[in-house]
This record gives sequence, structure tokens and C-alpha cells, in this order.
Amino acid sequence: MHLARVIGKVVATQKHEALEGIKLLMIQPVNHNLKPKSAPIVAVDNMQSGEGDLVAYVTGREGSLMLEENFTPVDAGIVAIVDSVNTEVAP
Amino acid sequence: MLLGKIVGTVVATRKTESLEGLKLLLVKNIDPKTNGSSVKEASGYVVAADAVGAGVGEVVLYATGSSARQTTGTNNRPVDAIIMGVVDTWDIEGETMFEKYQSVITADV
Amino acid sequence: MKLARVLGNIQATVKHEVYTGYRIMTVQPLDENLHPEGESHLAVDFAQSGPGDIVLVAVEGNASRQLFMNDQAPVHAVIEGVVDHVERGE
Repeated sequence: MHLARVIGKVVATQKHEALEGIKLLMIQPVNHNLKPKSAPIVAVDNMQSGEGDLVAYVTGREGSLMLEENFTPVDAGIVAIVDSVNTEVAP
Repeated sequence: MLLGKIVGTVVATRKTESLEGLKLLLVKNIDPKTNGSSVKEASGYVVAADAVGAGVGEVVLYATGSSARQTTGTNNRPVDAIIMGVVDTWDIEGETMFEKYQSVITADV
Repeated sequence: MKLARVLGNIQATVKHEVYTGYRIMTVQPLDENLHPEGESHLAVDFAQSGPGDIVLVAVEGNASRQLFMNDQAPVHAVIEGVVDHVERGE
């Protein structure tokens, strides 16, 4: 699981049938200090998150499991909208 | 999922039986923060199976790992990357980074 | 499993239902000498860990789903234990 900032959206008309109606967002992975930690990726969303939100996302096959129809070729999915990050220890 | 551009096809005659019948495409990674008319290539590539009927030159979304086996065409087959969408457009911070149909041919009528 | 240090936690009101009641921690991966290695990430706590603790983290879906006892849980990283000490041979 990772933190990320939602930075945009992706539109694909021609796509796998299981992805019909699924929202695709461009997200920038960040660390606990909210600093970018790798290149942006695309994730599915059904938490109604939007641009600017800080979110938590899951990678791997588990990234598809929040979808109702989850036998789906998805490897990154947003599972929470983050209210606050509380860091008490310097790494 | 990552963005990529299909730059070729991969043909293998001698292969494990469970790969028979799959269309394999060569996908070059691209930088999402690309801009303008031509997409910017990033390091890395994959050979991916195709679940959507994509073709050479198209910008696509692909998923990797065991997610790639979650289609009827790839279930239980040794596939670790799959093309699951052909990208029309994406934006970052409100700015359109790519549009598939950017050139409209106008004709006099 | 890998070693990591717990940095803190996050709060999320809007979240997938399986996360209700669980704590999501920020963790910094460590190398074999317990030095920071790579970028921090998130993991669900199954060991009552707290900030500063060195923990065992599994970044793996199957292990995560087993701990949730839910094979449909969208979870990919879990804290499985708090490390007392690491001994190294010469």
C-alpha cells in the first residue's frame, strides 16, 4: 500500500469489458512527507476521489479487489481518501 | 497500471503450449508528463498480451503481475503483462497531456 | 518478509469497508543493517505496533488476505510482528 496524490484522469473508450464505467485516475506516488517517490501511474477508483486528494492505493492483483466485478486485469486501486498523515518518528 | 506505446509485435513459433493463440505486443513505456503531439518514451518495455484489440502505434494502458491473468483469455496462462485499454486522452493538473484524435481532417463541402 | 521502522499512521474516513477497525501505518523499509532503504509506504497493523518499532512487513497479497481472513480483501502490505532484536553472525 502506498500514498499518492491524484493529479489527473485518463480516458480510454476501447478497453477490457470489465472496466466499463470504472474511473481511471492518474496518481503521483508520494512518501510519508508527501514528496513524489516514483513516476505517476494509473489506478482505478471507486472511492469518488478527485484531483488534489491524497489517497491510499493497493498494488498487485489486490488492486482489483475493491471493484464489484473483480476478475479484472487491474494492478492498482484506490482504497481510501487520506485525512491526515501523522509522522512521529524520523526515518 | 502504466502507460505505454505499442511499438511492435512479437512472434514466437516455439513456445510453451499455454501461450498458443495469444497476441503478443512490444510495449515501450512512456512518460505520463509528456506533452504535445508526440509522446515521450521512458525507460523500460514489456511484452504484453492484448485483451482489447490494440494495434501498433497506439497508446495503451497495461497491468502487470498476477492481475494480467484476470481475463478469460489469460486465466491460468503464463502471462505477466496485459493491455487492458487504448488511451484516448489523459490530463495532469487540468492540462491535457495527450489526445488520440488530435488531428481532424476537414474537407471542403 | 522485510524489516521496517514504523514512522506513524494515517487517518482516512472514506475507505474500503475491509479497513474499518484496522490501523494503517507509515513504514520505512530497512536493510539488513537496519538502515533506511528505499521509500516509505503503508501497511496494515496486525501486531499492535507503534512509532519507532522495528517490524516485520509482508508486501504480498496472499499473506495480507490470509490475515484479514477474507480472500477478497484489497490489501497488499501488512505488519506481521514487532521485532525484539536482530542478531547477526560474523
